[in-house]
Amino acid sequence: MSLIQLAGIERRFLLGDTTVHALAGLNLQIDAGEYVAIMGPSGSGKSTLLNLLGLLDRPNEGSYLLEGRDVTTLSPDEQASVRSTRIGFVFQSFHLVPRLTAAENIALPMMLAGIPASQRNQRVTRALKDFGLDNRADHKPDQLSGGQRQRVAIARATIMQPALILADEPTGNLDRHTGEEVVHLLEALNASGVTLIVVTHDQDMGARAKRQLVMEDGRLKSDSGANAHASG
Amino acid sequence: MRLADTLRFARDAATGYPMRTTLSVLAMSIGVAAVVILTALGDGARRYVVGQFSSLGTNLVIVLPGRSGTGGFNPANAITSTPRDLTVDDAASLRRLPGARRVAPLAVGTSEISFGGKLREVMVAGSTAEFIPLRNFEIAQGQGLPEEDWSRGSSVAVIGAKIRQELFGSQPAVGQLVRVGDRRLRVIGVLKSTGQGLGLNTDELVIVPVSLAQAMFNSNTLFRIMIEANSREAIPGTKEQAMDLLKQRHRGEEDVTVITQDAVLATFDKLLGALTLAVAGIAAISLAVAGILVMNVMLVAVTQRTGEIGLLKALGASARSIRLAFLAEAAMLSAVGALLGYLLGQMGAFALRQIFPVFPAYPPDWAVIAGLSTALATGLLFGVMPARRAARLDPVQALMKH
Repeated sequence: MSLIQLAGIERRFLLGDTTVHALAGLNLQIDAGEYVAIMGPSGSGKSTLLNLLGLLDRPNEGSYLLEGRDVTTLSPDEQASVRSTRIGFVFQSFHLVPRLTAAENIALPMMLAGIPASQRNQRVTRALKDFGLDNRADHKPDQLSGGQRQRVAIARATIMQPALILADEPTGNLDRHTGEEVVHLLEALNASGVTLIVVTHDQDMGARAKRQLVMEDGRLKSDSGANAHASG
Repeated sequence: MRLADTLRFARDAATGYPMRTTLSVLAMSIGVAAVVILTALGDGARRYVVGQFSSLGTNLVIVLPGRSGTGGFNPANAITSTPRDLTVDDAASLRRLPGARRVAPLAVGTSEISFGGKLREVMVAGSTAEFIPLRNFEIAQGQGLPEEDWSRGSSVAVIGAKIRQELFGSQPAVGQLVRVGDRRLRVIGVLKSTGQGLGLNTDELVIVPVSLAQAMFNSNTLFRIMIEANSREAIPGTKEQAMDLLKQRHRGEEDVTVITQDAVLATFDKLLGALTLAVAGIAAISLAVAGILVMNVMLVAVTQRTGEIGLLKALGASARSIRLAFLAEAAMLSAVGALLGYLLGQMGAFALRQIFPVFPAYPPDWAVIAGLSTALATGLLFGVMPARRAARLDPVQALMKH
């Protein structure tokens, strides 16, 4: 069974009096443990697709099965709970809460999920160690470098042990060297079995993925893994 | 999200923006402090007046000459509108009332008192021996007016503490002869100092027998007749009997007014109680304004933290968690403001009591409770709208605002 199964997805936006088809007739399957890069020019629908996969947005038509369960019909709070336990987000601009320390930022998803503090501290300590942030635990985001901030963000995305990580231009605000570090980190997570979906402009980074999706005008222009799925 | 986490998150959010937090806490505290101080003033005024009235004496029924306009039409009034004077005989007749323990006529006027070349103007009260115990006055030296026939009028005087001080200094006053008006009187007693009270200032008073006073002022009318009823329960009966008796003596004309201290007291109590309530209501407006300010601040907070709300949603926060976090923040702002305001208000009331020691400026409990709970309620009420707005934000739109 596929982790993600999209069928006939349509997403339209009203801009003034014209309707924009951000996604049109999209069919897509992604298996658990895959490493997928979504590429394409600005306005091609990459971000809309990522939001949709992350249950932040709903399609106007079509069905989305996540782990075999139709998630488009869930209530907002049910979707929130799916996001909490199954999906981790990594953003281009990190999205750390400025008044919270690195450790508190990492613990945020667990706090929202209502996990008791003692258990949170244990897991945060391990995460800080895993991501090389031991001595940065009490630093606020503005006291961290870009690479460290993105590492905090990735630690936060993985702290609930999700099945799926969605990364939106994760290296977009980083220099080449730190960007590579972050990519290695994400790939290591993928190697441990987490499904990784990355939206990127960067051809080199896209090329590293095992499967490339190229979007154009809300449609899939090419899918390097399509044959495998068609046969499988 | 656990309650402790929600509270901690809200606290961190509030302290993360010190300026707006300080301002809204300040507004709320001014509102609560206003309620506390203003009601302390109002209730202080009520207690002060009630206390002063109680010091007039207990279970008093007072007869005034003249009719207050509530008697209804009486044919007798149509013929003569001049009220009959109250006389010493009227007072003497009231002594027969079963409910009256003491009766004291009171005639007042101003005159001059002199001793050893010192001269000053004084208020002279003409009364009888029972006047001093009836008004709860105390004798510091000597004795009160003698028990004698009311028409006799011995040449004696009881003087107030301040007059004694001014005329005699450190010399003994009792037994000395003083001149009051054109008469020579022997000082037989000195009143204990009581300070300024409602009505007569006893420290500057000279009390002489009633017939002497009437002779001095060349009049046979009385200013008041004071009756002390046997008990609190006897007051209404005594009032009616006094009225009936005087009406009878004045040929059926209701040309006197009989008031009871109770009624006066109750009126003032009610009046000043209403005033306190009104003042509390005015102060409550500032609480409502503070509540609106908290709402404004929370709305700004929602706009300011839109990106953060989007993030929380992406990380799996339910709408309820976000609503509670923002509500908790609003509640904290108003709770801290209310507590601070309570302390400020109590300090203000304390300062008032230090500056005006006679004025019992204590805020009533009901006002404190109402003030605090109104502050919390408005804070929560006005926090609901911003919290709902935060919870309803579209996560995609919100995330773009980071």
